[in-house]
Amino acid sequence: MTYRPFIAFSILFAALASPAFAGIDDTINSITAPIASLIGQIVFFKIPVFGAQLPLVVLWLVVGAVFFTFYMGFVSLRGFKHAIELVRGDYSNPNDAGEVSHFQALATAVSGTVGIGNIGGVAVAVTVGGPGATFWMILAGFLGMSTKFVECTLGVKYRQENPDGSVSGGPMYFMRDGLAAQGRAGLSKFMGTFYAVGIFIGALGIGNMFQSNQAYVQLNTVAGGALDGLGWLVGLILAGVVFSVIIGGIKSIAAVTEKVVPFMAVLYCVFAIIVILMNGAFIPAAIGNIFSGALTPEGVAGGALGALIIGFQRAVFSNEAGIGSASIAHSAVRTNEPVTEGYVSLLEPFIDTIVICTITALVIGTTQVAAPGFAGDATGVAMTSAAFERQISWFPYVLAIAALLFAFSTMISWSYYGLKGWTYLFGESTQTLYKLIFCAFVALGCMVQLGPILDISDALVFLICVPNILALYFLAPVVKREMNSYMERIKSGEIKKYKA
Amino acid sequence: MLNKFLVAVEGSAGSRRAVNHAIEHAKASNAELVLAHVIDWSPYSFHTPEELSARHKRREEELTRAKDIVLAPIMKLVEDAGVKSSAEVRHGKGAETLAEMAKEHEVAQIIAGRSGESGVSTMLFGTTSSKLVQISSVPVLIVP
Repeated sequence: MTYRPFIAFSILFAALASPAFAGIDDTINSITAPIASLIGQIVFFKIPVFGAQLPLVVLWLVVGAVFFTFYMGFVSLRGFKHAIELVRGDYSNPNDAGEVSHFQALATAVSGTVGIGNIGGVAVAVTVGGPGATFWMILAGFLGMSTKFVECTLGVKYRQENPDGSVSGGPMYFMRDGLAAQGRAGLSKFMGTFYAVGIFIGALGIGNMFQSNQAYVQLNTVAGGALDGLGWLVGLILAGVVFSVIIGGIKSIAAVTEKVVPFMAVLYCVFAIIVILMNGAFIPAAIGNIFSGALTPEGVAGGALGALIIGFQRAVFSNEAGIGSASIAHSAVRTNEPVTEGYVSLLEPFIDTIVICTITALVIGTTQVAAPGFAGDATGVAMTSAAFERQISWFPYVLAIAALLFAFSTMISWSYYGLKGWTYLFGESTQTLYKLIFCAFVALGCMVQLGPILDISDALVFLICVPNILALYFLAPVVKREMNSYMERIKSGEIKKYKA
Repeated sequence: MLNKFLVAVEGSAGSRRAVNHAIEHAKASNAELVLAHVIDWSPYSFHTPEELSARHKRREEELTRAKDIVLAPIMKLVEDAGVKSSAEVRHGKGAETLAEMAKEHEVAQIIAGRSGESGVSTMLFGTTSSKLVQISSVPVLIVP
């Protein structure tokens, strides 16, 4: 019974694909490209500043992140040690054993954000914005830590318990209930709904098409182009696997992925560091380029501002600070102190952007110094792959597997985020429809080219952060009160460590 | 105050033998028993967001099942034998959690079966009993 929708889905796809197998990718591409550029133009309304094109939404996110960094008194620095103590379980009450731990919430949120963006997105940033984009990316990661702190605290504070005993939380709930508590009833309803629509559509872009697209590109690269024009087939297989997990309920696939992904992430970092060390002689030059490129980039449209914009854009796309997705993942933690999840979550942009993205940027950066133009026309994940290949010839295969797993785990996480938006809007009864749409977009992602995909996903992501950041401004005083009260009780010894 | 024994309880025959032995022991030295059941769980594991959102509900179910199915018959057995007892279920790693509970309840010794026979019980016993011997701060009695 469970598989009937999948059969119908496959037939539909086969029917779509039958007229011209090889031509289908081109056809889909030509249909989606104009739509993508239209969406891109609307959401990325750009203002020209000193010759650079500054998308309003990037400005929106950066201003937000800077504000929260100052408003929360640099919690990203002051709270860092406490965050690690929380994750280590120093403050966990043994009586709560068996509930979701801080570590589990963090690991789940991180495996949702560590995706192709960390491998491919960084390459895109470095190609377009020059090495200097890396500097701005790291800075954006640091600022994003405070945004995450605010949104994840609110996610826990305003989550709701469902009749079946499970919990739902995230921006749509803190907008609805948090803003309503401030007497903004009309606004709260509107924004909750706006966000829910945004996260549903966003789940199809950043958490779906971009991921499956880059997984296909990397597979095709290691296959030596043997999969050219077969994007529809790879897409269909990938969609089938996602389908089996989110609709078929085959938990074992998800369980295996959840365990393998952290392992792959560590493996990726270890090999990246090995490659960087093998390029050892070029490390100082690469780091020099990052700093000099940050302020005086060569050949980057818009100069320093151009590099800054691209760096910030890719950082947000990768660590999702300000998007509100992590807020959904963290809301599952049961705690009397919502602010503890805020502390834990500020580690995510750190791990994702400041550690993993920087490592990728250094792999590419040192290779660029050693062998300029090493990647030819390749960009995205293919470029990162080429940088690894220069030192470790077989690594692209490992990277292909890692990319596939990262893409897969990100898709599984995002299918849930999108689902929460969908059920907020339409209730629980229409879940299967949402999941079918989600699977269709997985397949679609493999058929279109990176450019339009990136435009669509970026555009959709930023669509979500407009209402999210706005709500964070309104609710930041609530978080600040919680944070101050919590810190006072830590200092006074009212909240104690359970472990010595 | 020292006449209190902690008994590791799970659904297996090996555990039942340990309980029977503990009852005899308790009768002889006029001690009371703390019946402890550990549900295998680690705070450092990986899950999907969906699993996390249902975790609290699952935990409640696990605790109820442990109390009703694993502990209830043992408690009755102990009560019928005329020995005073209390029971506790906890999530965690078998040996570490039992050792912690032994400390908290200030028991004189821990009594545990050597090995479980069902698949689930291998989580608690098997290597767990030897680990318990290594880390416990009170004497451990392993019942074959």
